Amino acid sequence: MGGRDRPERREVVIVKTGVANLASVIAAFERLGADTLVTTDAERVRTAQAVMLPGVGAFGAGMQALRADDGALAEALRDRFQADRPTMAICLGLQLLCEASEETPGVQGLGILTGQVTRFADAPHLKVPQLGWNRVETESDSHIFLEPGFAYFANSFKLDAAPTDWKAARAHHGGPFIAALERGRVLVCQFHPELSGPWGMGLMGRWLARAYAAPSTEVA
Amino acid sequence: MSGLSSQTSGLTARVIPCLDVRDGRVVKGVRFQGLRDAGDPAERAAAYEAQGADELVLLDVSATPEGRGHALETVRRVRKVLSIPLTVGGGIKRLDDARHLLEAGADKVSVNTAAVLDPSILASLATDFGAQCTVLAVDAAQREGGGWEVVIKSGRERTGIDVIGWARDAVRLGVGEILLTSWDRDGTRSGYDLALLTAISDAVPVPVIASGGAAHPEHLAEALGAGASAVLAASIFHDGDFTVGDVKRVLAAAGYAMRT
Repeated sequence: MGGRDRPERREVVIVKTGVANLASVIAAFERLGADTLVTTDAERVRTAQAVMLPGVGAFGAGMQALRADDGALAEALRDRFQADRPTMAICLGLQLLCEASEETPGVQGLGILTGQVTRFADAPHLKVPQLGWNRVETESDSHIFLEPGFAYFANSFKLDAAPTDWKAARAHHGGPFIAALERGRVLVCQFHPELSGPWGMGLMGRWLARAYAAPSTEVA
Repeated sequence: MSGLSSQTSGLTARVIPCLDVRDGRVVKGVRFQGLRDAGDPAERAAAYEAQGADELVLLDVSATPEGRGHALETVRRVRKVLSIPLTVGGGIKRLDDARHLLEAGADKVSVNTAAVLDPSILASLATDFGAQCTVLAVDAAQREGGGWEVVIKSGRERTGIDVIGWARDAVRLGVGEILLTSWDRDGTRSGYDLALLTAISDAVPVPVIASGGAAHPEHLAEALGAGASAVLAASIFHDGDFTVGDVKRVLAAAGYAMRT
């Protein structure tokens, strides 16, 4: 895949949050024709055109990784989300954006999304972790990125209510929970789009196209 | 049972083809017949995804260190073409073995014999990579007096360990999913051990994948009815008797929620 007819080669900067398995995310972006760069460098994250916050692992360890280096990485991410610059978060990435999580009590999240992350309730026949394909329902036709469909989830914790100003997609597992949120050029998924087949690839493709479509926002 | 859970969750039942891989090639008849070549892993993986597979399991059945080296390369090649989850198992002895497989492109790792010999590997995996990444593979054999015991080392060794107790212990240590193979049924094409599936599904809160004995789509439907969250099969897909799509249509007609 050369960049012969492209003005620029698309690149997605992936934030390294520790031991997260990044091979699937990288492979998905490669299939979309994008290069990837994995980094913990706050300045790269601040200036990149497109940034992905992945996440596999525990909330506390994830926040610890983002808070290293005097919190520069956390600050760079917070600025991107607040300015609606092209940024995506996946799975634990969504939870790290919240205020706190039952998974690691006492540890503050990035606080970009209002709300606390809680564990799926114990209930007969309700399997936790949620592992598998669940139906995602959008709330209206006005979504830019999200469409209804089946997405692959791998989580024990979830966000129940959508913060104001975000368009939400929901799924059900012992009750409704937030499957994904979008706002501006930001896309935040509880599921794994990189493991959600053609539906997930389409979603990542729309986000990537929009990340590079508009004139790039200058960094303040 | 599955009817109940479908009321409270939108999760669909999963159909999971299994690739037994040796020295970089898919093989079949691993346990009961002579090994026969069944194609290139990446080609097979892509074909199963196109047919509607919900996940893929890749079991490395290589017998040599050289073969294990091939396995990492196989996982890399499969990952490139696969946009559904990939679980890799077979021969994982240490945390580093799992780490290398995850870095190569596995989304989950499944541990069998090593976890029986030293259960602490399950806690280490869950701590480092998360419960959703940590799969316990259990080979279960019926006991004469009733119940099931854990067998290890590809069936060569009976441990006397009660399967239900082992499943509960493993979940306490952090396992997020159990891949449950009936050693009595594996390769017999006589259907899954349904009593085993119900016993384990009822005993643990984590999803259980049924394995061992499937020859027809109806067998897969029975396993879901017995409480399994997912059904794994190898030969019925490799032999070309049924595509994944064929099987999912039968399961949907039987009333199980399927990803379409």
